[in-house]
Amino acid sequence: MNEKIKENIYFTIFRFCSFLSLVILLFFLLFVIKLGVGVLDLNFITGMWQTQDITKGGILPAIVGTFYLGLGVAVFSVPVGISCAIYLNEYAKNTGLVRVIRLTIRNLAGVPSIVYGLFGFAVFVQLLQFGTSLLAAALTLAAMTIPWVITASEEALKTVPDGFREGALALGATKWQVIRTNVLPAALPGMITGSIIGLARAMGETAPIIIVGATFYMRGLPDSLFDKFMALPYHVFILATQHNDPLAEEYAAGTALVLVILIFLMTLIAMIVRYNFRKKRKW
Amino acid sequence: MVVITHDDESKIETRNLNVYFGTNHAIKDISLKMQNKRITSIIGPSGCGKSTFLRALNRMHDIIPAAKVTGAILLDGENIYEDGTDVVDLRRRVGMVFQKPNPFPKSIFDNVAYGPRIHGIRDRYELERIVEDSLKKAALWEEVSDRLETSAMDLSGGQQQRLCIARTLAVKPEVILFDEPCSALDPISTAKIEDLMRSLRAEYTIVIVTHNMQQAARISDYTAFFLLGELIEFGKTAKIFERPCEKATENYITGRFG
Repeated sequence: MNEKIKENIYFTIFRFCSFLSLVILLFFLLFVIKLGVGVLDLNFITGMWQTQDITKGGILPAIVGTFYLGLGVAVFSVPVGISCAIYLNEYAKNTGLVRVIRLTIRNLAGVPSIVYGLFGFAVFVQLLQFGTSLLAAALTLAAMTIPWVITASEEALKTVPDGFREGALALGATKWQVIRTNVLPAALPGMITGSIIGLARAMGETAPIIIVGATFYMRGLPDSLFDKFMALPYHVFILATQHNDPLAEEYAAGTALVLVILIFLMTLIAMIVRYNFRKKRKW
Repeated sequence: MVVITHDDESKIETRNLNVYFGTNHAIKDISLKMQNKRITSIIGPSGCGKSTFLRALNRMHDIIPAAKVTGAILLDGENIYEDGTDVVDLRRRVGMVFQKPNPFPKSIFDNVAYGPRIHGIRDRYELERIVEDSLKKAALWEEVSDRLETSAMDLSGGQQQRLCIARTLAVKPEVILFDEPCSALDPISTAKIEDLMRSLRAEYTIVIVTHNMQQAARISDYTAFFLLGELIEFGKTAKIFERPCEKATENYITGRFG
């Protein structure tokens, strides 16, 4: 076959696949918007949930719950993940133990979230007696997010030119001084971007939080780490599958839309951080 | 003017130095004396171990896990590979300028003040004095004195390299190692760096690795020729370039290989 024709065929296949992914995303968004946009109003966003008459209440507790959850996950996973990445990339020699740690992290990133849910239930809920609570859920999702934060942070550290390290070492800086003053400032925006993406994924998780603390209905907002909490993805799940109100499906779509917008906003923040950094970066 | 000859006084000396990277024997049993307040240049074809040798002198190989160094390097008579050597202090005394200019992504001022700051100088007035002094010695002050707070990344390649020299001078080293400092620079910037090295010779012991034989001939007092990790010939620069003893040296400097 003529090379030019082959070129055209492959190019067309690649282009088709690219457009396909866009089409799937748009179709999905349109579906959620069409079904759910009707229920979106101020009361829906800011009202307390009324389980007897779902048209009266709002999903504020679920929004707040998911927000708290995200905050908790960030507090637990980002410092640990970044520290681990610094150790692996800056300090660790390539010993057998370090290779095992790397392999473990890579595998942990691929463990199904429901398995994290079971782990969280066994360790945080039962063993450590946190009960089904915001704390247990945040810790569970943090355990799931840490491998992503590590991977993203390591990538960010790898983009820091070796000249920044060698130049500082040659002036008599200690390794920690080099990291603190030269490596971290250069890598931090990349680390933050990666962490936000990981966080957004954690906030969209449903399966693990069902096991460790999410609830469909509660009076008021959680006011302690040991309270149960409502969460947007779980709310969608219940409305879509367990609720017998005829309008439940619409409200599920409306809740899903709020979740999608929340995740989109977080991704947008990550993009802005990255864009500003790229603009300033000159190496 | 009093003329003092330092010719018999070595500042830094290697004794039976060997460097290995895993199974690769990169530096083979090199013993070399580098004279105080003189410029010693190291020449040789690519892969002959010049840079490896240089980086052994301030223990930069410490950061490469596979690297192993045997033998001794004496700085003022003391072995820097002895257990208990303070590597941080060693690197302050033996500064290094790299092949590719590597300013930090900070302001010009913060680049030069970096070294003094990590060594504990906090006083703004003191830092300003050191920065001005170092930039003047590095022949960069005139060009940047009105924009010390702008990013060092905006300087030209030649200016960046002189900034890196100023940064090194700011920690008051005794020896400065130059690892092919001009290989990424244009001829005019190269000439400026060479003038600068000549002026630094009065105060510092300088070791320079260079690909450029004319550069070695122009600026150095002593020249060492390396080939495949071995020291082939060492002597006064004029002698090496005019009457080399070894056939290999002659072949290299006359351009028959390299």
